[in-house]
Amino acid sequence: MDQSAALLDVRGVGKRFGSVVALRSASMTVRAGEVHALMGANGAGKSTLVKILTGVHPADGGSIVVRGETRAFRSPAEARRAGIVSVYQDPALVPDLTIADNMRLADVALPAVQHWLLELGVGNLPPGGFVRDLPYPTLRLIDLARALASEPTILLLDEITAALPADLSERVFRVVRLWRERGHAVIFISHRMAEVAVLCDRATVLRDGVAVGVTDTTRGSEDRIVSLMLGKEIVKSAATVAPRPAAAAGTTAEPPVLEVRNLRCGLKLHDVSFSLRPGEVLGVAALEGQGQQELFECIAGVRRTDGGEIFAGDRRLRLRHPADAIAAGLVLVPASRLQALLQQRPIRENIALPLFGRLRRWGPIRMQRERQLVADAVARLQIDTRAESELRRLSGGNQQKVVIARWLANGFRALLCFDATRGIDIGTKQQIYTLVRELAAAGSAVLLFTSELPEIALACDRAVVLFGGRIVHELPASAADEETLLRAAHGLVPHAAEA
Amino acid sequence: MRLAVRLWETVLRYPVLFAMPALLLAALAATVAIHPRFNSFDAQSLAMAALPLAFAAAAQATVVISGGIDLSIGSVMAVANVLAASTMENAGFGRSLLLAAGIIAIGAVVGAVNGLLVVASRVPDVIVTLTTGFIWGGGALLIMERPGGGAPEQFLALGTGTVLTPWLSSSLLLLTASVAIIWIPVRCSKVGLCLYAVGSDRIAAFRSGVDIGRSRVMAYVIGGLFSAIGGLGLTMTTGIGSPRAGVLYTMSGLAAVVIGGVSLVGGRGGVVGPVIAAFVLTVVPADLIFLNIDPNFGQVIQGTLIVLVVMAGGLVTLLRSRK
Repeated sequence: MDQSAALLDVRGVGKRFGSVVALRSASMTVRAGEVHALMGANGAGKSTLVKILTGVHPADGGSIVVRGETRAFRSPAEARRAGIVSVYQDPALVPDLTIADNMRLADVALPAVQHWLLELGVGNLPPGGFVRDLPYPTLRLIDLARALASEPTILLLDEITAALPADLSERVFRVVRLWRERGHAVIFISHRMAEVAVLCDRATVLRDGVAVGVTDTTRGSEDRIVSLMLGKEIVKSAATVAPRPAAAAGTTAEPPVLEVRNLRCGLKLHDVSFSLRPGEVLGVAALEGQGQQELFECIAGVRRTDGGEIFAGDRRLRLRHPADAIAAGLVLVPASRLQALLQQRPIRENIALPLFGRLRRWGPIRMQRERQLVADAVARLQIDTRAESELRRLSGGNQQKVVIARWLANGFRALLCFDATRGIDIGTKQQIYTLVRELAAAGSAVLLFTSELPEIALACDRAVVLFGGRIVHELPASAADEETLLRAAHGLVPHAAEA
Repeated sequence: MRLAVRLWETVLRYPVLFAMPALLLAALAATVAIHPRFNSFDAQSLAMAALPLAFAAAAQATVVISGGIDLSIGSVMAVANVLAASTMENAGFGRSLLLAAGIIAIGAVVGAVNGLLVVASRVPDVIVTLTTGFIWGGGALLIMERPGGGAPEQFLALGTGTVLTPWLSSSLLLLTASVAIIWIPVRCSKVGLCLYAVGSDRIAAFRSGVDIGRSRVMAYVIGGLFSAIGGLGLTMTTGIGSPRAGVLYTMSGLAAVVIGGVSLVGGRGGVVGPVIAAFVLTVVPADLIFLNIDPNFGQVIQGTLIVLVVMAGGLVTLLRSRK
């Protein structure tokens, strides 16, 4: 392997936002003439590192050396002048301007862009067309063409193939290889292990804000990458939960509480089918942006499906509004408390919110009954304060408990937990998971998505792995260790040797 | 033949550009139908009446296109109006022109203050400009407590006379020239692109290298220029300064912007549409008076017209997005 010059040398870069440490110490070396993958799970610090490299945020510590010169970018324009150009996850094109105007806006010569559009196979795009009329995959290609037209020394591609069909991805790879042959470098961010193995030369893995290793991406290196992502300790923080009942949940005679067939929605969810039985906790494991958000939003009635069917019991559901889903017994506990709770209102009102229809349709609400229902729920969940005070005074964990309390008071058949324990302290997390198991034992069903893979085995009976908008693996909790889930979540075929 | 095809394509691409003149022609046709003895004097009165509103519409359009709003436009017009009427009262024509230039510059400064406050304070522009509107309005009252003042004959003639033919009012000329001199260079340059970009998608604009803060301030500065000229126009057409003159123009200007095809969320539309809409909004109440309709009822009709036009626009957008 020849010792090409290092175009980019990042050492010990850190970044914190207030008390949150997004990046502890990231180091990465990118050589001329290479495609370098940047990998890491959600929250590992990838996007923060990207933002620092492209000048959106300044780093707190460490050094960045570009072509031998130490730099500290204060704006995206500065980073671009130094030769680092990025293609972000969302198109950076102004919808109400034409393609030509968008190029003028960024001071990029249109003929150069058109040259690259030709290379990408979309050379016949009229430059006078408005961006808002173009399909999303085309926008990604235009973004790429624009980035290439500025002749970047280091081209940064952030999940560019995420919404692209296979043939367009191929064209992107061809162009990336072309750019590499000219002696430049490309930093490639993707969750698709297969792509990384095919396209990239080396990979740097981030975990918990630290760069844990660099490896060549030859065939068979996937195992090495996965083990770097897992780290040496495979056993996560000791969250112990009540032991699962040995028997499988639910009898097959009962109809499933929730059944989803060929569900399709938006750009990310392509074809998902599964059923959820009473008394079962089904886990959904996925990396960011694989369609899980669309899946939960469709089942909760927040979003319309583009295809497929949702059944509750034996009934086919037509969900036009969250109220329809709630009426069918499908209730959502979202990741962001802001989406579920009324921050300035007291706890009691928050819990009783869905009940108003039942306590009295017209006329005054029966306060006594409301108090009773609320008190029951509060007691059950050991919510930590008087129910009169404002919700926003509670901690994140307690707020999440209020969301669950609301559904307890209201009654439900299936609880849809979407990353419900994100950002919550370990003690409350344990309480919530214990509660989930209790609810299942009492006959309710729970669909649980979490971005923290170790929690799947702790709380669930069964798990499905979502990748690229499809279910790629299904396995019982006993087999759902972090490594298997991580491999499947990256689109890798599970080891044949795994039990 | 090719020209005809290109013309047709332009019509399809910018339907608003042709819808507005069509609406105006319809309104004018109605006017002539109602009042067959419509003569050049009526045409002149119409142009003079519409002049201040047209400038208010142009000012508001610029700010709205960049994704903001300016509720102080009427007050800035009033300030320009009373400044002119108080300083030009005993001045010669040449001097009045110099003063006019100075007042236009003040308009730009006031606009810059609005813009800088909006950008630096991060307070929503509705609140900032509502507040500054009160401040500028108070300033106008301080400059001139009661209506009065004046300006030299030749200066007034810039807005009240006719040029070449009795049908071509000089206020029309003034309007066209001001809009062309200010707006065309902006629209065809990077500055204009940045305005549209910031109004359309601020994040994409930022990532494309646009200085968001500077573009937003620029929008308010240009709006300030138009407002100041509008205030001068008030001086020309009324002959005096009146501190409360601007009160109605902010909201009517906003109505003209909406009817004129500018999207309230920014990024779409131009200045020509709202200017023409200002004329429509001036013609319609006049027609109602000719028809002997109770003026109070006339306000209901005017409001209904605005709602219908806006809903028609919204329907077109909805149908287009459904496709």
